[in-house]
Amino acid sequence: MSEVAVKGAVKHYGTVAALDGVDLTFADGEFFGLLGPSGSGKTTLLRAIAGFIELDRGEIRIDGTDISRIPVHERNIGMVFQNYALFPHMNVAENIAFGLDVRGVAQAEIKQRVGESLDLVRLSGLEQRRPRQLSGGQQQRVALARALVTRPQVLLLDEPLSALDKHLRQEMQVELRRIQRQIGITTIFVTHDQEEALTLSDRVAIFNKGQVVQAGSPRAVYERPVDRFAAGFLGEANFLEGRVSGIAGGVARVALGTGGEVLTPAADLQAGDAVLIALRPEKISIDPAPADAAAMPNRILGKVVAAIFSGSSLTYRIAVGDRIIIVFEQNKSRAPLPEQSAVILEWPTADNVVVQP
Amino acid sequence: MRSLADMGIRFYLILVLVFLYLPILVMALFAFNKSQLYGLPFEFDLVWFKALAENDRLLKAGLNSVLIALANTVIATSLGTMAAVAFGRYTFRGKTMMQALLFPPIAIPWLVIGTAMLVFFFWIGRAMGYPGIARGLHAILLGHVALSLPYVIFVVGARLNDYPKALEEAAATLGATPWQVFRRVSVPILAPGVVAAALFAFAVSFDQFVISYFLAPPGVTTLPVEIYTSIRKGFTPEINAISTIIILVSMGLMLIVARFYRFGGERSGNE
Repeated sequence: MSEVAVKGAVKHYGTVAALDGVDLTFADGEFFGLLGPSGSGKTTLLRAIAGFIELDRGEIRIDGTDISRIPVHERNIGMVFQNYALFPHMNVAENIAFGLDVRGVAQAEIKQRVGESLDLVRLSGLEQRRPRQLSGGQQQRVALARALVTRPQVLLLDEPLSALDKHLRQEMQVELRRIQRQIGITTIFVTHDQEEALTLSDRVAIFNKGQVVQAGSPRAVYERPVDRFAAGFLGEANFLEGRVSGIAGGVARVALGTGGEVLTPAADLQAGDAVLIALRPEKISIDPAPADAAAMPNRILGKVVAAIFSGSSLTYRIAVGDRIIIVFEQNKSRAPLPEQSAVILEWPTADNVVVQP
Repeated sequence: MRSLADMGIRFYLILVLVFLYLPILVMALFAFNKSQLYGLPFEFDLVWFKALAENDRLLKAGLNSVLIALANTVIATSLGTMAAVAFGRYTFRGKTMMQALLFPPIAIPWLVIGTAMLVFFFWIGRAMGYPGIARGLHAILLGHVALSLPYVIFVVGARLNDYPKALEEAAATLGATPWQVFRRVSVPILAPGVVAAALFAFAVSFDQFVISYFLAPPGVTTLPVEIYTSIRKGFTPEINAISTIIILVSMGLMLIVARFYRFGGERSGNE
């Protein structure tokens, strides 16, 4: 079990910077999600740790040892690929045994360890099957068993669940987490599925244009995004632009450009500062507006443009002046508010998060 | 309605097969007919196969053809497989253009290619001071290799494309050295494609007439060339006999190719 440290990683493809100075430390036993749009550098970093890509600059250390110049087959890593990459000409047992076999492990030990691995991923009894005879979920488990049987220091997962349907994906998420906890292996996984990243990870890093925008626990990153990109990429956010009109008692009063006022924790804001505020749609409560309703700070009036029903929840698109505010509401007993009806939106001061533009 | 369409399709397919195989069947039948003048009624006899066994010219030409085809198979398959791996697994300058340039030779008429090769070899021979080396089995072999290379590259390349590079990468992460990756993952995966390509290379060479005809020196022939010559001189059903043998061998090879091809398709369906 090991700590992986990436320092100053830079990788260019022509004039494009796939990695543009990335520093990240993956703690021992941690489940770490690399998240970002395609081309943001997350996969490049994973492949650099695996050894498929050589960095232009920077270093990668596992437990203090620089592995940048060590070839792939001498790094002690396990990797699960997007489409599993199971060897089609080998059965399940042979696939799992491959890593032990090429290292010259004795047959008796191979047999025992393959058995243990199959138990770990709950596939005992399928030893003789060919990969093409397995379901997607089963192939995924074989790939995992094959990657873990050599007892690697680090487990790398490249979009491991993207090829599965939604139901199976959720099941495998739980399974993946169970197995990872059971053996306590440092795990780095790449995904563009934000929900998956939030569900599985101890910590996540959000990538954009070859750089880490923000790293932290899923909750911290979700609740306190640092900039517009992080707020918009992880979950949904409404963005309110305004200027600080006054500060009192640790609370900043912000006059919005589109009219209305909000309050936000002052932190190091000063009067006159232009600010961008991110507001999560589920933090807003929505109610029919009485005839005498008036706007107040953190309380604005609007009109329902659309109410989108999606089973457990409703998504409202509310017109406020000339902009649209998105509101999520749990599907409680109330009937959806009709389109064109006047509504009041309200939310607590703490949910107005000032972010970098 | 559906069964009517069904019957129509079936009838059409039968028609296609009849169109393809009837002339071959008739030809093969006359190899076993006693009459020298292709006369009827049909009278079964192996006399033309016996005559063939004593026809040194045809047999020698046949041996030449087999030897050239075998040599071509070994050379074209090796070179073509390496090229296919290079195209499929590596990036290098000019790759796209080189890949595009593989197509035209397949479309250029053999007559043109044959003429070009004859002129080319003649020019080389003269430049080296040995005009005699312009023609000969070596020139024929070189011509055949050039002709069959694109086929090999396509067949092996198609197989390679069915399998993601991730298979080899996965093997490397599991601790396999580059040699172990090649021997235990790449070779078994490519094998059916390489076998199919080799059969293609053999068939392309064995059936090749134009290039062989142009590049053969006086007194040396390959089977297709010899058959052509015989037909012009007035021929006997010996030609039918040897053609029947060729067809059986060729069809056998192609059936094996078809088998390997389906084999490949089955697997790739799961990737």
